[in-house]
Amino acid sequence: MSVLPDGYEMVIGLEVHTHLKTDSKLFSPAPVRYGEEPNHSVHPIDLALPGVLPVLNERVVELAIRLGLAIHATVNTTSIFARKNYFYPDLPKGYQISQFEEPVVSEGWLDIEVEPENGAVASGKGKKKKKKGAAPELERKRIGITRAHIEEDAGKSIHDAAIAGSDDSCIDLNRAGVPLLEIVSEPDLRSAQEATAYLRSLRSILRYIGVSDADMEKGQFRCDANVSIRETGAEFGTRTEIKNLNSFTHVEDAIEVEAVRQLDLIEDGGDVVQATMGYDPERRRTSVQRLKENSDDYRYFPDPDLIPLRIDPATIEAVREALPELPEEKRTRFESEYALSAYDAGVLTASRATADFFEETARICGAPKSAANWITRDVLRELKERECELEELALTPEALGGMISLIEEGRLTANSAAQIFPDLVSDGGDPEAMMVERGLEAVSDAGAIDVFVDEVIAANPDVVQQVRDGDNKPLNFLMGQVMKASQGKAEPGQVRKALAEKIRG
Amino acid sequence: MSTIGPEDVAHVATLARLALEKDEVDAMARDLEQILGHVRSLDALDTEGVEPTAHGFELATPLRPDHPVEPLDPELVVSNAPAAQGTAFLVPKVLEEEG
Amino acid sequence: MGRAEDLLATGLADQRAGLDRGDVVSTELVEASLARIEAFADLSAVVSTRADGARAEAEAAAERIAAGQARSALDGVPILLKDNIVQRGEPATCASRILENFVSPYDATVTEKLRAAGAIVVGRTNMDEFAMGSSTEHSVYGAARNPWDRDRICGGSSGGSAAAVAAGLVSVALGSDTGGSIRQPASHCGVVGLKPTYGRVSRWGLVAFASSLDQIGPFGRSVADCAAMLEVIAGHDARDSTSIPEEVPRWTEALDGDIGGLTIGLPEEYFVEEGVEPGVLARVREAIGEIESAGAKTVPVSLPHTEHAIATYYLIATAEASSNLARFDGVRYGHRADRPDDLQDLYTRSRSEGFGAEVKRRILLGTYVLSAGYYDAYYGKAQRVRTLIRRDFERAFEACDLIVTPTAPETAFARGAKSDDPLSMYLSDIYTTSVNLAGLPGLSMPCGLSEGLSEGMPVGLQLIGKPLDEATILRVGDAFERRTDHHSLRPPEAG
Repeated sequence: MSVLPDGYEMVIGLEVHTHLKTDSKLFSPAPVRYGEEPNHSVHPIDLALPGVLPVLNERVVELAIRLGLAIHATVNTTSIFARKNYFYPDLPKGYQISQFEEPVVSEGWLDIEVEPENGAVASGKGKKKKKKGAAPELERKRIGITRAHIEEDAGKSIHDAAIAGSDDSCIDLNRAGVPLLEIVSEPDLRSAQEATAYLRSLRSILRYIGVSDADMEKGQFRCDANVSIRETGAEFGTRTEIKNLNSFTHVEDAIEVEAVRQLDLIEDGGDVVQATMGYDPERRRTSVQRLKENSDDYRYFPDPDLIPLRIDPATIEAVREALPELPEEKRTRFESEYALSAYDAGVLTASRATADFFEETARICGAPKSAANWITRDVLRELKERECELEELALTPEALGGMISLIEEGRLTANSAAQIFPDLVSDGGDPEAMMVERGLEAVSDAGAIDVFVDEVIAANPDVVQQVRDGDNKPLNFLMGQVMKASQGKAEPGQVRKALAEKIRG
Repeated sequence: MSTIGPEDVAHVATLARLALEKDEVDAMARDLEQILGHVRSLDALDTEGVEPTAHGFELATPLRPDHPVEPLDPELVVSNAPAAQGTAFLVPKVLEEEG
Repeated sequence: MGRAEDLLATGLADQRAGLDRGDVVSTELVEASLARIEAFADLSAVVSTRADGARAEAEAAAERIAAGQARSALDGVPILLKDNIVQRGEPATCASRILENFVSPYDATVTEKLRAAGAIVVGRTNMDEFAMGSSTEHSVYGAARNPWDRDRICGGSSGGSAAAVAAGLVSVALGSDTGGSIRQPASHCGVVGLKPTYGRVSRWGLVAFASSLDQIGPFGRSVADCAAMLEVIAGHDARDSTSIPEEVPRWTEALDGDIGGLTIGLPEEYFVEEGVEPGVLARVREAIGEIESAGAKTVPVSLPHTEHAIATYYLIATAEASSNLARFDGVRYGHRADRPDDLQDLYTRSRSEGFGAEVKRRILLGTYVLSAGYYDAYYGKAQRVRTLIRRDFERAFEACDLIVTPTAPETAFARGAKSDDPLSMYLSDIYTTSVNLAGLPGLSMPCGLSEGLSEGMPVGLQLIGKPLDEATILRVGDAFERRTDHHSLRPPEAG
């Protein structure tokens, strides 16, 4: 549901700054490190000492090319480094080396999937029945990416009065000079949900192709949102820029809060003024930090200490060959190769780690559909509850694959599997050994099953009669009773068969 | 082309973080106008289709292998600092974003 | 003068011979240099010395030389660095208050190379603040004085290095040249000064003025000495992205005095009588005659965009400088204003207190030409005119092997004569700036003393070579020296 009334839409463009995954900085050979004491990871170049000069890190070029290819963009064979001049304590040279008129990457796109705006209502007469547990029908939308360019990060100001005193700030230049890619989207996004879908998609790509770890907590993936509203289809309204959004939740909330703020302003007869905004998550409010009446005069000019970046088309091709399978391609492949639904394929390819885990598991157990179910449902649930990453679980593809194999072979019921699964997740281990140890082997002996089935039929005469009269629904109930009686070990296929035979003959 | 006057000088002085007294601003405006007057002779030149000089020679882009080196001794980092707190530089409180 | 002092005044070849023969020891040369620097303190050529460091290095050099293991032609020889070339553990002020107390934690590439060759830095020389000037008057240390006439300027911005070599404080020194800052003071002080092809010598450790124009180069009493210095300091440097990946030729070995068959271009725009002091033109014409007698032939050439060189230079240089000097903000090093009210006050007062008037003027001009709305008209335009200037030289070099001109339109003027007229000061670079704009190698060598209005002041002859062809201008210069003795003239000693 949109936070804006009918007839209005929000227009969003996102600027993402992402740290490139290199060992040394963009123009200096200082190491890229996180969590160091102030100024423990700097080089004379980072300090802007008199007489120093920048030299470009070759890995940065390779990573920029990779990203350009992954977002279907043009990798420009010539791009220029330009100086963006302004004074700020975390900017030691008094200018940032960036790219202005000629960026390294231009005109790309990526696809996102979002739930349609108005769900079932929009699809025409009559409501569609949504099957319980069915995947929502998602819409694919292409989001344009205007450009991506290379630039250096600034240092940090520490305002903590306990450290710096109440009148001063401390300046730490460890981060100064770290390589960034600034990725700018077209203003194609129309909702806060689309915005976060775009960010997730972009982050996934960056991690997939090893261009960035994109860890938001380490400041490796930062987002600024440009937001405006307009009557649907009308000319663009004036936009504001919300900076320093450091989680997807904040991005989503801030965009909606700002859109509503702008709407209220307009409805009260006011005008939206171009400004830089900050978002306060505690009070759920955006507020003006700085007006942009005249845009800042950065006096861009090509950096005379650097040679234009010339990239050989052969280099671009070599990077293209070496590019790992992109999330898009992997998803399409999963759908066809493993006969998975678009939804399942999407969930499994959301991260490379999950996708690799799935493929390995599927290879081991030979039952991709089952592997997909266990991962999308149970493994992801565990990750959410434990608030951790896949790599941190003790569960391995071997263990999961082994467990699923046991189910497929009929030696372990799903019910019993659910009992050993949590332990495999937290402590690891061998599913077969666990099964035997706990006496959870499925009961598939026909005689033994008959005993349970007879017991249940005898105990539920009314329900059995309903089934005899033609109603199939209570069969599930009876199934459940047999499973209960057998402590979950009765092999479900055989139970169903026995029930059907005994009740209906 | 317009001439450069005291308001221009004042504006540019702010951009460059330089403070000038009133009479300095006027004197500077006069000096700069005289220099720019000379510079405007370039207007007469036809530079249609002429590429700006990028760099001396057609050099291949110099690249540095991604090998980190030992960082500078933090003591040395702040050794020239007029005001420091431990190994961090001290400045008057930073209130707003870029200037 | 004692033997050591004498050697300092004659040149590298004699010093090397003396050291290798054991006639003189490195420590004696260093002591003589330090003593002479002090004796001639009134020149304000040298702004700081490093006696302890120099003496220790001299001891080490003496041992090496005694063991027959001199590292190079420069081993054990005292030299001076211009105060904008950094040396680890030593101050670097660029003659500016804003860098008071700054001690560099790293070496410039040229400093490393010279030390590896065994050369001994005894001190640092006076300059125009941040290399912005043509007289070495804009210095926090006060004006440098010309050894030939102490009421006159040395030229700039490397005036201190030029004066030091002229006065025999050392025989070789380093300077930097952005629009003529080595060649013009060399001309005014009667010594040889060389600006290499742009990118020939690493700029790592040279405090930047105008990045696309700056080059470090040597001063010496002879062309051969400059060639020897250049061999040591030149070469590709991975730390400088504008450094040229060319081999360093053995220039000293190619000075055979044979210039028969070479064609010298004489650009008509540089020989316009109204623009040049008659004494200068006379000496330059005689010098050209001398070169012709040595076997070279002359042809007229034209560099039609010469009149636009100063304008082009000042737009590009000040724009780049305004950005390069933004790092001087009182935060990480250098002068900081007392008790700043807030951050902006810290920046504004530190910079205003720290920079001199000429530097401020150029920062303001540079900021203006880059500012919104003016970029295309000024900076953009200048970069295109620069291309036209380069093309002028390319065309001229189709007809000749090198170009010869006066270095400056005048000899050293009186101190203070141009203080109120910045534009007129800028115009004195008219013959040198095009060379920087085109990135070409340029040499200035003494070609006699003027007569008439400025009787007895040195006149400089400029040789301009094709890109990377220092060899030809060195050879021609050396051949000229073999046939004349202008370079041996010394200023009269102070009383």
